[in-house]
Amino acid sequence: VTTTLAPRPVPLLAPPKPMAPLAVAKQRLDSGLKVMAVERGGAPLVELRLRVPFVSADAAELARAALLSETLLSGTQDRSNAELASALQALGADLNARVDADRLLISGEALAAGLPGMLALLAEVLIGAAYPDDEVGGERGRLVEELKISWAQPSVMAKEALLQRMFGTHPYGRDRPRPEQVAEAGAEDVRGLHGARVLPQESTLVLVGDVPADQAIEHAAEALSGWKATGTPSTAPPVPPIEPGPVQLVDRPGSVQSSIRVGGAALPRSDPGFAALQLANMVFGGYFSSRLVANIREDKGYTYSPHSVLRHASGSTTLQVDADVASEVTAPALLEIAYELGRIATLPVGADELEDARQYSIGSLALAIATQSGLADRIIALDRSGLEPEWLQEHHRNLTTVTIEEVAEQAARFLAPTKLVTVVLGDADDVEPSMRTLGEVIRA
Amino acid sequence: VPSVSYPVERATLANGLRVVISRDPRAPVVAVAVHYDVGIRSEPEGRTGFAHLFEHLMFQGSVSLEKMEHFRYVQASGGTFNGTTHLDFTNYYELLPSNALERALFLEADRMRSPRLTEETLANQIAVVKEEIRVNVMNRPYGGFPWLLLPPVMFDTFPNAHNGYGDFVDLESATLDDARGFFGRYYAPGNAVLSITGDVDVAEALRLVERHFGDIPARPVPQRPSLAEPDLDGQRRDETVDQHAPTPAVSMSWRVPDPLVETDAYLPYVVLAEVLTDGDASRLRRRLVKQDRLVTSVYGHLSFTGDPFEVRDPDVLVLTAFHPGPSDPVVAAIDEEIDRLASDGLEPGELERVKARIAARMFGKIEPILERAQQLAVLEQQRGRAELAGELPGLLTEVTGTQVEEAAAKLRPERRALLDLVPGAQRNGETT
Repeated sequence: VTTTLAPRPVPLLAPPKPMAPLAVAKQRLDSGLKVMAVERGGAPLVELRLRVPFVSADAAELARAALLSETLLSGTQDRSNAELASALQALGADLNARVDADRLLISGEALAAGLPGMLALLAEVLIGAAYPDDEVGGERGRLVEELKISWAQPSVMAKEALLQRMFGTHPYGRDRPRPEQVAEAGAEDVRGLHGARVLPQESTLVLVGDVPADQAIEHAAEALSGWKATGTPSTAPPVPPIEPGPVQLVDRPGSVQSSIRVGGAALPRSDPGFAALQLANMVFGGYFSSRLVANIREDKGYTYSPHSVLRHASGSTTLQVDADVASEVTAPALLEIAYELGRIATLPVGADELEDARQYSIGSLALAIATQSGLADRIIALDRSGLEPEWLQEHHRNLTTVTIEEVAEQAARFLAPTKLVTVVLGDADDVEPSMRTLGEVIRA
Repeated sequence: VPSVSYPVERATLANGLRVVISRDPRAPVVAVAVHYDVGIRSEPEGRTGFAHLFEHLMFQGSVSLEKMEHFRYVQASGGTFNGTTHLDFTNYYELLPSNALERALFLEADRMRSPRLTEETLANQIAVVKEEIRVNVMNRPYGGFPWLLLPPVMFDTFPNAHNGYGDFVDLESATLDDARGFFGRYYAPGNAVLSITGDVDVAEALRLVERHFGDIPARPVPQRPSLAEPDLDGQRRDETVDQHAPTPAVSMSWRVPDPLVETDAYLPYVVLAEVLTDGDASRLRRRLVKQDRLVTSVYGHLSFTGDPFEVRDPDVLVLTAFHPGPSDPVVAAIDEEIDRLASDGLEPGELERVKARIAARMFGKIEPILERAQQLAVLEQQRGRAELAGELPGLLTEVTGTQVEEAAAKLRPERRALLDLVPGAQRNGETT
């Protein structure tokens, strides 16, 4: 039986299957609303995503926008909130709305047979959301309380601090409003904002599920024919350059961990260098088999889930590195992160590292679109970047040809520590002295 | 409600490993999940959090793989992986392009054969797990509420009541001998279910399973001890202080019928939880959120981990509410609404719409093949019927209004455990 515990060779992969082209039906309605649909079985459901461009000029407007998304489904001329909710539930449906720095996103699903009904209810609120005074007043109080809870989460505090550090007062400098600003928004504000911003022209509706694509588009065209183009959709102003500087320390007394966030500019998906930057980020910290995870988790045990991601908005793409580390290793963790960034920005990656990252990225394309909800999410995310679903095939091809030199070029441009800004949220009195041994620290 | 049937092929290897395969060729991807019948409730006293720590160690190398190689082989195949520790099982899984099926089976078989356990990886993963607990529990508001904090109010015996993430003292006391013993006792092939879902040829997949798992020696399978506890005979109420929380919260639980033995009696509670808390049309949201404006949110579900079909007895129905004001009016309003449901019954159409939503959610949950593979595994492991994955929405539609009302009538204050979460700042400001 001794042979049982002898090492064995790891099996090779079978030949890969080619990526099947996506059959996406598309139609632009008279109102300008773009509708895309994909038939996909798997469950007797249909997934819905509606993206409406929605840029809030300042923090107060973001607060009104948040109240709008919270109360969009709170009633129409014909139905109360409870009646709307009951009607959706009877279709096996759920719809919810949220707003961020540049869009209102309405997401939902229904039993496939419930698609026409769900679209009719969606049209009813898009055209005739009433924002009744009592509903808005009550929901405002609730939203204020929920935001207090949200702003007590270190992950939220750290994210907002980094966005503000990168973008200042630009709309991309905030992701969620402060509770005290929501408290000042009223029903009249929200009704006005709906009229000005919830417009079909630049909006996109995606339907994915167990419904023939042409049929889904017909249902959408019929249900949404009353949603008319008026006004002008909002767009984000150009983003300001990110100005590097000292580490910013945000105090959260009593923290037992420091939330380290490093951010910087990145290339959009549409850029010819994007695939190389994506792979550079992978090798650095974009997946579990990365240098960052190997170093500060699997070697040093400083943190549970360090990672680095590229975040895409309509008018900006950013790189963001996250690591929540034990307070006592805040400075050593910052040092290791800077080391790994500096290393990838100045030395070529190994051929095997590049190949692993490439295969992972190619595989991820297939995994991400293998489910109804995943495919709907991916299509609406690409649409936010101004890209068609067919971009997935193009990106697949680009990933296959990226070279070590191209990775080095993009890493030097975007992963060099000198290009990035760092925010640390933690118990400042506890962590500041050791952080100062590495360089300048300013308190936020 | 439409019905869905997932094909299930099953086999049992000579060493006792049970295998379920469900083919779905819609996308060129495959999910592989191995569920071991050991979880938080299997931990020995003095070793809280050990099942989860051990799950981490299972990724640290095995017979043929150095540390980091497991991750690398999965991801370099274009796949993803993870493992999760639950009350009654621990699972390990990969989702990959379907050309990597054999590799995934090899990786799982290699660590089922023998994980590589060293002092270095043990110390490293104790540190990592401590950071996981800090980020998910200690450094955030409402960390572990209610899933870690309510069980000790509800239950008396160690398996049911203890903190499954683990006390730091216990984690730091863990030894390699503990790990070897735990593996030897609970990670026998006969104590596991291997589940494969996706773009596979069933016969070929079975051949590969036999090739890689077939020569793992059989070992005795541990008897599952009874975890039964008597129902509560009076309300239990406790309080916990959360230094990070800005507003109070309350969570309460009641015992429900045995999910496996009394499935017919259990299903009405699944529907009841939805009647009470699913969406703006639900009873408690209408009353507490919309009408009385007492709470900002309210949630309800079966089992402390939120999935009604992955737990054995004893199980619970849990209601949790976040409320800016005092908790007593919230608790009183919940009791009133439950009484009203039990005595006045459901409204016309209420049961049908709730069932439609439950069905949609259940179909949606297992539409991704990775979630389906896990659902098939746990249903096969605990109930011997992976096919239930497709049948459960239909079974839930057979629940009657009377059954739901009778279940509501059982949610009496005297059968309840209740935990108030008090914000630390608020508590410190009080003079009483």
